[in-house]
Amino acid sequence: MNIENWSRLRPGRRWVIGVPFVWLLIFFVVPFLILLRISVTDMGNGVDPFAPVIQAIEGSLHISLKYQNYLSIFEQANDQGVMTVGETIYMLAYLTSVKFALWTTILCLFIGYPFAYFIARARKSIQPALLMLVMLPFWTSFLLRVYAWKGILADQGVLNNFLIWLGVIQEPIQMLYTDVSMLIGMTYVYCPFMILPLYAILVKMDFRLLEAAHDLGASPWNAFWLITVPLSKAGIIAGSMLVFIPCLGEFVIPSLLGGAENIMLGRVVWDEMFSSNNWPRAAALAVVMILFILVPMAVYTHYSAERDTQREA
Amino acid sequence: MQSVSRFLQKSLGRIWLSAVYLFLYIPLFFLMLFSFNSSRQDSVFTGFSTRWYTALMNDSRLVSGFFLSLKVAVITGTLSVILGTFAAFVLVRYSRFRGRSLFSGLVSAPLVMPEVIIGLSLLLLMVAVQRAIGWPERGATTIVIGHTLLGMAYATVVIASRLREMDHMIEEAAMDLGCRPFQVFFLVTLPNILPSLVAAWMLTFTLSFDDVVISEFLSGPGVTTLPQVIFGYARRGVNPSIYAAATLLILTVSTGIIAYSIMTIRTQARREREVRAAVRAELVARS
Repeated sequence: MNIENWSRLRPGRRWVIGVPFVWLLIFFVVPFLILLRISVTDMGNGVDPFAPVIQAIEGSLHISLKYQNYLSIFEQANDQGVMTVGETIYMLAYLTSVKFALWTTILCLFIGYPFAYFIARARKSIQPALLMLVMLPFWTSFLLRVYAWKGILADQGVLNNFLIWLGVIQEPIQMLYTDVSMLIGMTYVYCPFMILPLYAILVKMDFRLLEAAHDLGASPWNAFWLITVPLSKAGIIAGSMLVFIPCLGEFVIPSLLGGAENIMLGRVVWDEMFSSNNWPRAAALAVVMILFILVPMAVYTHYSAERDTQREA
Repeated sequence: MQSVSRFLQKSLGRIWLSAVYLFLYIPLFFLMLFSFNSSRQDSVFTGFSTRWYTALMNDSRLVSGFFLSLKVAVITGTLSVILGTFAAFVLVRYSRFRGRSLFSGLVSAPLVMPEVIIGLSLLLLMVAVQRAIGWPERGATTIVIGHTLLGMAYATVVIASRLREMDHMIEEAAMDLGCRPFQVFFLVTLPNILPSLVAAWMLTFTLSFDDVVISEFLSGPGVTTLPQVIFGYARRGVNPSIYAAATLLILTVSTGIIAYSIMTIRTQARREREVRAAVRAELVARS
């Protein structure tokens, strides 16, 4: 009896599928539809934070879908008062988010790839302990670890004092609330997400291939670029996406370590919602943010599907 | 020549590993050291004192935030594991039903969805529902729902991977021996995937206990979780009471994880010993 017929015998099947399905529909799909709906409405009039889509006015039904919320993300008035595509604060927030996500991914790859490689080549007996040491900070509060960097990077902080004591610098340099502190914080938090998938791929690699390359006259450098890197492509892509995607929407790190000019997406959505009380625009920003994330997600699923078929083959 | 390059590679590996571990652990050491500082400064260690631990215990916002977070995290962990078990079962065992691809997409979508969007869209739902039927008030309930949405996705990943490794034959054998399906589940499947349920519970507990963003969207007036209180303090400046709280957390977590890994290593070793003993017995019996 194959597994499929076997599972069809189960009487509770409907419930087993139904419970999680209904939960996801109510708390994931419906909220998203509400988000879409609010993103195409007017701002409300005081009592309601947003206007209804369908209204009965003087005996006729009016359906109004307002796309202005979306336009205002990309357009602003120029000197003559004409709307043109320009650098709105929203556009800047999208660009800043992409910029930081990209740099964080590059830094994590640069730090994490050799790290994962050396762990994969370490003695088998100590590998679990080495991996556990990577995971351990991950289990302690993310918020507190980011908060610690605030104390380390401050003008009168540990790092500045240490550098002055070493004699590298005379005056404290500003690191907190700059691009540097943002990148340190984000790289620090997301590095394990890069290391673990890379390790998972590298540990399965047959390192005798490198010996063969050496015997055939390849330098270690060439062997690395021609053999190790192509073989670990899936891990590089998986790790990069696992870093890039959450970085795009990061909220806590920019609020604690970022400067006033480094406004990122999460912050803009938050401000529109709670400071400006402009719910429709917050919703529109969130919808555009999802579109931004769909691209790297498609890349990720494409490659992980490819990897799965390879594994089955 | 080869030995030189090998030596270089080896020491480069050591240096790189140590540097990255240092990077990963510096904040933890910083938190632990400065929680015992006698002054408010966080640049110089002026002397040993436990005043910040006393201050922590007397800070009513932190203490009540801690108990709220604990409650929310326990409920979230439990709900996530229950829903995650269902979802993992569907993903692994039910290969064909209408809407399967939609289902598997929905299960993993919260993993990649930014928390800001999860928080915002759930808030909009809660506002709409509350207007219609006057419930739920924003507070612990809404926070639990938000955390569970995320937690379920993580729990599903953990449990599904264990369920895939499990041998179907045992379940089929139980069926052949006359077990009812729910008996098979509770007597055979569940004990088999139990370690993954524990792991999933701990993971979702931690996620919930640490979450700021979803809680910020879904909490109501007067309801603040521990991370929300900490986040509020952190935006204002240095507060060594937080360092004290962090130190307590780090010590608890590392003790827990070390105990857990020693336990798993022991069980594994015992199982291997048993397997070897069984093989030996088999060989003796044959000869």
